[in-house]
Amino acid sequence: MLARLKRAAKGARVPHLKGTAGAATVKMPLPEKIVLPMQQHIGAPCTPTVKKGDAVCVGTVVGRAGGPVSADIHSGVSGTVESVDSVLMSGGKSVPAVVIVPDGLQTPDPSLAPPQVTDAQSLAKAARDCGLVGLGGAGFPVAVKLAPRSHLDTLVINGAECEPYLTADNREFLECSDTVMRGVKAVKECLSIERVIFAIERNKPEAIDLMFSLVQGAEGYSVKPLDSRYPQGAEKVLIEKTTGREVPRGGLPADVGVLVMNVTTVSALGRFLDTGMPLTTRRLTVDGDAVEKPQNVEVVIGTPIRDVLAFCGLKGDVAKLLMGGPMMGIAVPDLDQPVLKQNNGLLAFTEKKAHIPAPGPCIRCGRCIEACPLGLSPVEIAGAFNRGDVDALNALMVDLCMNCGSCTYVCPAKRPVSQTMGLAKLMQRKAGKK
Amino acid sequence: MEEKKLLVSASPHIVDGSSTRGLMIHVIIALVPAMIASAIIFGARALAVVAVTVAACVLFEALFNILMKRPQTVSDCSAVVTGIILAFNLPPTIPLWTAVVGAFVAIVLVKQLFGGIGMNFANPALVGRIALFLGFAAHMTNYAAPAGALDGMASATPLALGAEQSGVSMLRTLVLGTHPGMLGETCALMLVLGGVYLIATGTISPAIPVTYLATVAVMSLLLGQDVVLQLLSGGLLLGAFFMATDYVTSPFTLKGKIVFGIGLGVITCAIRFYSNMNEGVSFALLLMNLLVPYINDLTRQKPLGGGKAK
Repeated sequence: MLARLKRAAKGARVPHLKGTAGAATVKMPLPEKIVLPMQQHIGAPCTPTVKKGDAVCVGTVVGRAGGPVSADIHSGVSGTVESVDSVLMSGGKSVPAVVIVPDGLQTPDPSLAPPQVTDAQSLAKAARDCGLVGLGGAGFPVAVKLAPRSHLDTLVINGAECEPYLTADNREFLECSDTVMRGVKAVKECLSIERVIFAIERNKPEAIDLMFSLVQGAEGYSVKPLDSRYPQGAEKVLIEKTTGREVPRGGLPADVGVLVMNVTTVSALGRFLDTGMPLTTRRLTVDGDAVEKPQNVEVVIGTPIRDVLAFCGLKGDVAKLLMGGPMMGIAVPDLDQPVLKQNNGLLAFTEKKAHIPAPGPCIRCGRCIEACPLGLSPVEIAGAFNRGDVDALNALMVDLCMNCGSCTYVCPAKRPVSQTMGLAKLMQRKAGKK
Repeated sequence: MEEKKLLVSASPHIVDGSSTRGLMIHVIIALVPAMIASAIIFGARALAVVAVTVAACVLFEALFNILMKRPQTVSDCSAVVTGIILAFNLPPTIPLWTAVVGAFVAIVLVKQLFGGIGMNFANPALVGRIALFLGFAAHMTNYAAPAGALDGMASATPLALGAEQSGVSMLRTLVLGTHPGMLGETCALMLVLGGVYLIATGTISPAIPVTYLATVAVMSLLLGQDVVLQLLSGGLLLGAFFMATDYVTSPFTLKGKIVFGIGLGVITCAIRFYSNMNEGVSFALLLMNLLVPYINDLTRQKPLGGGKAK
């Protein structure tokens, strides 16, 4: 009750729709070509290190990190570089892309070997060599996270997977718990972290049971079942739910001694420590009412979306295609875009499902305020935005907004509240630069 | 095969099934039991008043939108809600033209001139009632005896009479609403039923009605008034469940709603106990409506991680 008085932070009661949770991952055959855009992470784009006609192996670097916040990109196939072109990404930015035609042999790069990891530095180097980024959707380079400025005491493994439809993280727990544990142990030991918390939404009972049994009796490990309510997996929300700590405005999780890693990310790190094979494949949930056989597939990163959809089959015309979940995913402008490192799902919707009702006038019901997981006041922020009041936007702390979409989801007037929040953030940022 | 272009839009790509119209329909459903009770207690005349105010409200809204070349909003049903609530705030004997004047005040003056739904500074139906009370006091206080007049009270409301009757029969009268009063506010049972429906369907938060009623109960107890009489008579239940919870004119946050409810209770009791007016709930609501922007400012939620800013 007292917490409710401070902030309702109810989130949104989105449907789960996790129909693919129970099915084992299916490995997709190699596509005819893979397309590797040089931007598959937050930060500076990579520089291509290959040219047309070069032969590459599985795990060969084809794009070198463009700065400290960036991540190498590796080929997922052995074959020949067909071209180094530019592709238009869904964000509207044009970036170079390496196109590779597989030879079908899948020869691994001879230089690859499991890394020697003993301390924080070597672990961060391993993450860098792996080309690892946050696989839960954010795409933040992991090596940066593993080199914190201050001591961390808690590692939270994010298995919330709060977006509807997506079950890729759930499958990671169930199918790859050994590499999950391998990665977690390495991070815990190298960074001298005292406790590890596996945070999993209650709509994944199998994963919760499995992790409980795996950490039973182990000192410093615990499992925290979370309410199935969007957005439990949002970093700041997750930290508050698991540790009670609040990441300060403008701060990072490290400021409160916490490191949050997505389960699939930590598992990929564990796999790299065992095999030395960089990140070149990933699991993604393919679902939506236009998909004939919704399932989790393992694909080579760079596989065109069109090929993945053809593999799963289509029923009906695709009107909207999302990379990621329906709450925060990105609508892709064309099916020739490739699967990126951070894509955890592909959702294909028909026109009927893609329909969003027309907005009406705001009735000031305050549901957006109740829903906002961060306790912001979207309705008041929209008002301040409409009158161009930057001081009010500062006072209302619009910069905290992470665009989770809960406000738009619950709005009875069907207003694009979350979009207005984004515009308001932009207005605030631009004013700050003056 | 010719491919259609893909739809591209900003996230989120799904929304829930709620709608403004759906919320208004919930309110209308919640008002139906009290409407039926009113028809039984006061006869068909009560329904005629409801029909006239609803028709007038919808018509005024439609005409205003047409004249101002604004998008037509009558399909959101908010004018219907205003119409029913306004009728509930009128005595069953009211001349129908007076009811139409009330509808004009509510829809045109209070709602549309300020920008339509979501922009009104006070509850439209409430201001309609107050305007009629101030302008047509005689019509507005001509409380009819219930059809059949079982309990012998002529035309004074229980609140005006005070606790003259014996406890049990008084309680029954109040709960069933078989006493003189505004046509929709007498039957406590049906109003509470409607209120519970609104809370159960998530249409309103219980915070405002609960704090409002609790404040009235506590103050009545402290100041030596009959708690049951104070709670079940006058416009309190109608006001607490259906008027104080109007989205536009009530605070956003739980904290704000609690402040609002307590403020309503205090002002209502002050007017009821210390003034010779019998419009305690109306003026409490109007005053608190005007304070809502300030309450919102003072009771904002503390954002996660926002503690150290400024």
